[in-house]
Amino acid sequence: MIRAIIERFRQKERTANFPKEMPQLPPRFRGVPVLSGAPMTPAVQRKCPCGALSTNAVDLGKCVFCGRCEEFSAGVVKFGKDFSLAATSREALVYKGGEYARAKALGGKLQKMFGRSLRLRQVSAGGCGACEADANVLLTPVYDMARFGIQFVASPRHADGLLITGPVTRNMLSALHSTYEAVPAPKIVIACGACAISGGTYAGHDETAGIPKDIPVDLYVPGCPPHPYTLLDGLLRLLGRI
Amino acid sequence: MTTFHNASSVSLSSIARVNPEQLRLRIAGAVADGDALLSLFALELGGQKHLCALLGLRRKMLIEPLLCPLEDYEYPCITLSAPQAHMFEREIAEQYGILPKGHPWLKPVRFHEPPQSGILGYRRPGPAVWEYFSMHGEEVHEVAVGPVHAGVIEPGHFRFQCHGENVYHLEIQLGFQHRGVENAVLKNPARRMFYMETAAGDTTCAHAAACCRVIEALADAQVSARADALRAVSVELERLACHTGDLGALAGDVGYLPTMSFCGRLRGDFLNITALVCGNRFGRNIMEEGGTRVCLSQETADELLKKLDAAGADTLRAVELMFGTPSVMSRFEGTGTLSRETAQDLGLVGPAARASGLRIDARLDFPAGQYVKDSVSLAHFHTGDVLARAQVRRAEIENSLAYIRRILPFAIGDCGRSECGPARPDALAVCVEEGWRGELVHAAVTGPDGNLLRYKITDPSFKNWTGLACALRGQQISDFPLCNKSFNLSYCGNDL
Repeated sequence: MIRAIIERFRQKERTANFPKEMPQLPPRFRGVPVLSGAPMTPAVQRKCPCGALSTNAVDLGKCVFCGRCEEFSAGVVKFGKDFSLAATSREALVYKGGEYARAKALGGKLQKMFGRSLRLRQVSAGGCGACEADANVLLTPVYDMARFGIQFVASPRHADGLLITGPVTRNMLSALHSTYEAVPAPKIVIACGACAISGGTYAGHDETAGIPKDIPVDLYVPGCPPHPYTLLDGLLRLLGRI
Repeated sequence: MTTFHNASSVSLSSIARVNPEQLRLRIAGAVADGDALLSLFALELGGQKHLCALLGLRRKMLIEPLLCPLEDYEYPCITLSAPQAHMFEREIAEQYGILPKGHPWLKPVRFHEPPQSGILGYRRPGPAVWEYFSMHGEEVHEVAVGPVHAGVIEPGHFRFQCHGENVYHLEIQLGFQHRGVENAVLKNPARRMFYMETAAGDTTCAHAAACCRVIEALADAQVSARADALRAVSVELERLACHTGDLGALAGDVGYLPTMSFCGRLRGDFLNITALVCGNRFGRNIMEEGGTRVCLSQETADELLKKLDAAGADTLRAVELMFGTPSVMSRFEGTGTLSRETAQDLGLVGPAARASGLRIDARLDFPAGQYVKDSVSLAHFHTGDVLARAQVRRAEIENSLAYIRRILPFAIGDCGRSECGPARPDALAVCVEEGWRGELVHAAVTGPDGNLLRYKITDPSFKNWTGLACALRGQQISDFPLCNKSFNLSYCGNDL
């Protein structure tokens, strides 16, 4: 016991003071892109393995932040450091430059219900494990998501919403539906990662179906996988805490 | 008999052609000698179905390929002579409609659309909808878990046959994560690296490095020494992060919270060190055919080393705390024991195999890239229980820390990138890479035009899931989370 206490002092308190203080992300981190405004040539657009580029926009719902466009576009696309990427509509993810339309608060009755206490059931549906791992990491002392009243729960019946990761394989479709049905209304749905939002690199596969239309999404969190701070920032914005 | 080194290619014409009986005998003989069935898959060559077996001759450090042309849609199964073929044969049946006659437990692996041709007479069943091994009798009950599990974790279905608390048998049925990776690699070369990086998201660096080496072997491209070193640094960082996370999770599963909390944070620190290299915590966008996409400056390397020293020291102390706590040790000792013989029969790989006393490690047995120049130490234990699997991880954390410190200077500077020209036609290339879960095998076969005909990925989880099922026999069902975490296998790597 005494050894554990001594070690606790050695390891120090590690919980970051987010959102009051902004975290230091690595220099090579890729966040909200900065667009020069010049049109993207078809040659640059073809460099994107996910088809996220059009003449004047980057679809952050498809983008896997690989940076290939940046390498080839001669300054038309550059990735910035802003990790606050989550949005509350699919259209907002099609970024054309200027101010990024970040996630808005739920507002009204939902915000009153969930604003200080949100329980989420996570469903991995074809995810590679990275989105799941970086969602799980929010429970560690550094992020300590529980201090905001947000937790992952084991049963959908105890949950206020779903956090979906992965391109939704055909083999997971019925399990996803059942889990969604089991969550009592009112409920929210969060699509976490490029795969869940658009299929990502798995878009167009016969084996994947995407989140079905009858499961409406309230929060889109781009990234491959989203940085833990991107997800936490999105959740807090949705709950009106930022 | 053709043999070749890891991460190289041979022409298809030089590979020994055998009939199904010879194939069975050769695999059985090799496995009995302690060699490994690295992979076994079907493919179509010149309009004819073939089986392709890759044997890993560990003592010779060589890979022996065998090709078996099939006259018919069936052949006598290999599983009865070499049990480690059992999942491969189920996969072949599901993917190609080829029937391994006499297979003791033939059922789908991933529940995808069955092939149009072939002799398997079933329509696509629902995922995991099939017969299960079951026990009957008074007070016997069955526990079904999944696909959606209690934690933040990938989906899979588990069936326990229990008598009271005791588990007699566990059957694991996966396939929920099947998203068609192997076929997509052929159809969409532009996304190839992305498929590799997400084949198993926590093994990004090892899978991507293996694919790079396969493509480079086909194009006969040389990679700079710096790129080799940087690849090895990132693969070892991946190992550090995952082993640290696993040790923390093991502590959590027996209710020892200090180590769980410390390691939860420290795993993230290792991931952040990887993000220093490439901007992504999982090592995305490091690997590229012909070299690497990123380079390491002296400044970044200095910072990396500083953070590595800090996180490494904290990790070893946090882990020491757990190993010095008798109540934790008593839960680890003798739980989920897998004998050396069972591990050998099932063809287990990685830390799970080394914990059961098998002295196997692809970095030593089939070295490629940096591991040819500088070797790692083998971490192995013999008790085969949760404790041994934890000890292997602790030893590998120490080894990887030392290894990264040793090779980091060689990774600094411009890595350069060699062009991968057109791939060699009618050839087979193989790469075996020791990921943190064990050896993963990538094999590519090209056609007469040099295009890929078949790309086969064998994740270590594909071999090790059965090990977990066997480790649970005779255990209490409440020991499942602990046993499961001590293997910590990948669902998506298995399902592809």
